Amino acid sequence: MSTTVAPRLLFDDVAVGDALPALNYKVTATTVVLGALATRDWRPMHHDKDFAVHRNGTRDIFLNTPNQAAWFERYLTDWAGPHGRLGRVTFRMKGSVFPGDTMTLSGVVSSAEVDSVGCGFVVVDVSLSVGDDVKTTCTARLALPRSDDDNPWARRGEQWRPTPASGPAA
Amino acid sequence: MTAEDVSVDALPADVTELIGTEQYHEVGEFPVERGYIWTSCASVENGNPLFWDDEVAVALTGGPIAPPSMVSVWFRPHHWAPGRTEQALPLQVHFDLKARFGLPEAVMTDNTIEFHVPVRLGDVLRTHQVLRSVSEEKTTKLGTGRFWVIDVVYQNQAGELVAVESYTGFGYRRGAGAS
Repeated sequence: MSTTVAPRLLFDDVAVGDALPALNYKVTATTVVLGALATRDWRPMHHDKDFAVHRNGTRDIFLNTPNQAAWFERYLTDWAGPHGRLGRVTFRMKGSVFPGDTMTLSGVVSSAEVDSVGCGFVVVDVSLSVGDDVKTTCTARLALPRSDDDNPWARRGEQWRPTPASGPAA
Repeated sequence: MTAEDVSVDALPADVTELIGTEQYHEVGEFPVERGYIWTSCASVENGNPLFWDDEVAVALTGGPIAPPSMVSVWFRPHHWAPGRTEQALPLQVHFDLKARFGLPEAVMTDNTIEFHVPVRLGDVLRTHQVLRSVSEEKTTKLGTGRFWVIDVVYQNQAGELVAVESYTGFGYRRGAGAS
């Protein structure tokens, strides 16, 4: 496959400790409902405030898990560009995100290494916060091109190893 | 939570037998399509040209693909379909466990997704679920219940591995034990 699109970010441009630009977003009921419908999640706690309050005991409807995954992907590829290829994401929900909240996504590169088949992976620790409260944390393993003519998406089979050989933590 | 945290001795035998067993082999109800891709991107304002510009998609991925994080979207059943008498539920093992333990409420606490072959327009994906672990009864600020880990394995119509998703759920009963 010939690459005609220049990479936005190369593996060698990134160092451990680098901070990604923060993303701030004002969450509304529309954000929550649109995210639920876009992920085909029809459960009422993501669109019916009465249900969320009286059955789930939360203060309002709240962002669902798959939509948070989409927010994390958008945040990471805003930074990496279209060449960035997600290998693995792990996230933990510590609290809910409600209409009226302004959520902030921020991230720091916690590791960068070339794997045994020559693919450059960075690990980014991302937090989704509202004010001082961390609502969700995410650890993402993301492949970046190592040169202008490298393309992580071209990797197939044994050339693509989304989980590091050392284990699933990174 | 990992499997090592779980004492399976404390579980009913019928639940223990399910751990590690493939369940609910299913085929997606519709092919992967661009409308949902754009709806998803719009919901998070994702402007990645890979999903909006076919020339970029051809150059980088050999043609249009879906955002990797959408993998579970292609399996959530329609809210209604002709002839269906009961609402179909995604992640059925999760709902089975809620019923088995009599836990009316549940939330998802952890989610891991490992991405393999990209999902392409027109793919019809298939999936199965594997229960990995169930905890002893625990009390959190939400209530008293159990944590469980469920893997969802996704493949495309050629049998290629697309993704493995792992969910940790907490089924619970609201009660005096909750703070």
